Amino acid sequence: MTVTDERPDSVPNTPPRQSGPGRALALVRNTWRGLTSMRTALVLLFLLARAAIPGALLPQRSLNEQKVEQYIADRPTLGPWMDRAELFDVFGSFWFTAVYVLLFISLVGCILPRTVDHYRAMRTPPVRAPRNLARLPHHYEGGSEHTPERVVEHAKAGLRGWRTEIRTGAGREGEITVSAEKGYLREFGNLVFHLALVGLLASIAIGKLFGYEGSVIVIADDGPGFCTTSPAVYDSFRAGNVNDGTGMTPICVRVKNFRADYLDTGQAEMFTSDIAYQAGEDLETGTWRDTTLRVNHPLRVAGDRVYLQGHGYAPTFTVTFPDGRTRTETIQWAPTDARTFLSTGVLRIDPPGDLYATDEERRGNQIAIEGLFAPTASLHGSLLTSVFPRMDDPAVAVDIYRGDTGLDTGRPQSLFALDQELVRQGRLTKEARVNLRPGESATLSNGAVVTFDGAKEFVNLQVSHDPAQQWVLVSALTMMAGLLVSLLVRRRRIWIRVYPAADRPGTVVQRRTVVEMGGLARTDHAGWGDEFDRLRVRLLDTDTTTARAGADSTGD
Amino acid sequence: MPIDETLAQYSDLSFKTALVVYTLVLGMLIWQFASVQVRKSEARELVTAGGGSRRPEDTVAVPGKVVEEPAKPLSERLGNMAVATLVVAFALHLASIVLRGFATDRFPLGNMYEFVSMACAAAVLISFWLLREQRHRATWVFVLVPMLILLFLAGTVLYADAAPVVPALRSFWLPLHVTIVSVGSGIFLVSGVASLLFLFRLRQPEGQESGNLLGVIARRLPDARSLDRLAYRTTLIGFPLFGAGVILGAIWAEAAWGRFWGWDPKETCSFIAWVLYAAYLHARATSGWRDTKAAWINVAAFVAMLFNLFIINIVISGLHSYAGLT
Repeated sequence: MTVTDERPDSVPNTPPRQSGPGRALALVRNTWRGLTSMRTALVLLFLLARAAIPGALLPQRSLNEQKVEQYIADRPTLGPWMDRAELFDVFGSFWFTAVYVLLFISLVGCILPRTVDHYRAMRTPPVRAPRNLARLPHHYEGGSEHTPERVVEHAKAGLRGWRTEIRTGAGREGEITVSAEKGYLREFGNLVFHLALVGLLASIAIGKLFGYEGSVIVIADDGPGFCTTSPAVYDSFRAGNVNDGTGMTPICVRVKNFRADYLDTGQAEMFTSDIAYQAGEDLETGTWRDTTLRVNHPLRVAGDRVYLQGHGYAPTFTVTFPDGRTRTETIQWAPTDARTFLSTGVLRIDPPGDLYATDEERRGNQIAIEGLFAPTASLHGSLLTSVFPRMDDPAVAVDIYRGDTGLDTGRPQSLFALDQELVRQGRLTKEARVNLRPGESATLSNGAVVTFDGAKEFVNLQVSHDPAQQWVLVSALTMMAGLLVSLLVRRRRIWIRVYPAADRPGTVVQRRTVVEMGGLARTDHAGWGDEFDRLRVRLLDTDTTTARAGADSTGD
Repeated sequence: MPIDETLAQYSDLSFKTALVVYTLVLGMLIWQFASVQVRKSEARELVTAGGGSRRPEDTVAVPGKVVEEPAKPLSERLGNMAVATLVVAFALHLASIVLRGFATDRFPLGNMYEFVSMACAAAVLISFWLLREQRHRATWVFVLVPMLILLFLAGTVLYADAAPVVPALRSFWLPLHVTIVSVGSGIFLVSGVASLLFLFRLRQPEGQESGNLLGVIARRLPDARSLDRLAYRTTLIGFPLFGAGVILGAIWAEAAWGRFWGWDPKETCSFIAWVLYAAYLHARATSGWRDTKAAWINVAAFVAMLFNLFIINIVISGLHSYAGLT
């Protein structure tokens, strides 16, 4: 099906051999032509779609790191190879980048010359009428009692919105032709669409380079909250390549409360959190403004956004040490069941600094509380589960350890789980396994008393910064506008030729005019036949009785 | 927000009835499809017997003589009946969607059942407009078959009881984003079917249909050109709609998930489908790609849409897991 220009085998004059630089130039030119051809663009579009498929099917690091690790661990031989092929980072991989960079080069290489062509076309008058209008797919020939000038004037008045050009002096004596063309906006819209696509990519890239997003867990008890001054504030922080974590927009947030509304089925209805925040000048004057965060309703301030992204429970425990001094702590536990909010975690408490004489002794008396938290508890024997996500009847089922929590060993530990190595080495010993309701306590062998006080809610807030986001939107909307224009506008060309009829012997005084009209649909041929007829009636309705040849309306 | 159980039941009843009436319509259309043969082959014989394309004399009007309209052939009457009944089925279908909305006091696009139902309604609506001509009666059969399969799946496998939606779906953008995407999907359904029929018709071109069953089926279809144009026109409508749906989705994602685009599986697959439809439109303007290749791209794009609807929602977990299936 491809069109190749086949030359006869016996072409006598082979083209002259080109010089080295000439051939290099030809190679570059041909490569460029090949790259910017529609066929290449099509293949690249296809490759782009194909390359994105693993991004939908395989777990991606950008979405879920643990899933990727699990996936690789499940496939010890294939996994690492897939990882090396960047199949778990598809949208940042070298091959995906290669495809879309080539596609955009091809696009720019195709669009820029077309823009120039279109600019030229806008400045040149519509093309001359073909000599024989009767050969056009739609044509008409008739007469008029008016003078050619009058006919042309009438037609011109009906061609509002068309680009027209009236030519005289060619062909027969007294002949006037009208060339009219419309639908220039189609190509314009098409160009706008493609250029906006480039703009979209550029603004996304700028946003990714300069933007950042960080998420942080805050206990919703109107505590001190956080200020976005450094990445260290966040529990997790992702920033663009040129963002070194300095110069972040300063915003301070205090979380006053959190409320989750549930249906009887346990399905969530809405999550709401009242917060107070400072940004801009408020930071100097110390003014706090109140607002409410909800799902789908982030706080937009100082060009950044603050989202309520998650929530959970933070149990509070109080340890009364043998000398009567108490230490109370509240820390978030991770919800492991999204339906019932059964959560797991650990809370580590150091004894007061001067309670024990030596560090050695102090390290032997640190306390770690690890286990489950249920917002609405249900006990099967001593097995704790949760039956509802709201905190109606909280309880914990915990193991209480005494010994060295390992926080000063230098080894990193999970916030939500104890380092089991410490237990194995006997540096932490299990003192009790208990189920506690608020107010209940357990006594350890060294005399310390661990009390479960209840739990608070915590919220997971995300702060996002994307300086080019509005440009992405603007580009996308421009794209849509350009697309609509390019799909809706139709390109049409018509020509009208009028000239005085030759005086035939025998005919009387009245000077008659011959009117010819021809039309061409350059796009969207369907319906052009009727459109042409309507146009004819509108433009030439001075006299249609003498039509000699009607338009052959064959559709297209 | 309590669920109005009575309205929900009426909605379900309306849906089931619509399904039955649609099936009836399909039956009538198939009957029409089968009976149309006689007329065509007779006409063919007449033409060859006459030895030319001259019009039969009896169509010339004689003054004073009232020419009786020849009775419409059975197939045409069946076709008209089918379309009339289709209006009833469509009204019932719409009623089920609207009632679902009133029963749950939210926009009725909160799970896959509702999504598929809406997409199919859109497919019927766009077909009413594009397939209104007699020659497209046969095309209806092939639009209704996949649509009925989808509706059947929606009513059985995908069915979810009328219920309120999760917090993330309580947004101003839900009606806009999901409606536009589901309407776009419905339009793409018609487009995909038209391209498949076009590919089939290319192998059985007009006047050269094979003698077997395939040829018999092909003979009743519109010619390849009009099928191709149908596919193109529907894509021309569907493509900007779907694009708008994706952009609205991005605007919503920015408010709900903290970023406008994050390569969530659903987003990725929509991207793939959109790129494929863009490739189809480009292929239509490229010599050598215009016919078969372009049609295959259109079919591939529709497969991507189906994949996006079923596999991504049901098998792959992502942020768009609102199927309502547990």
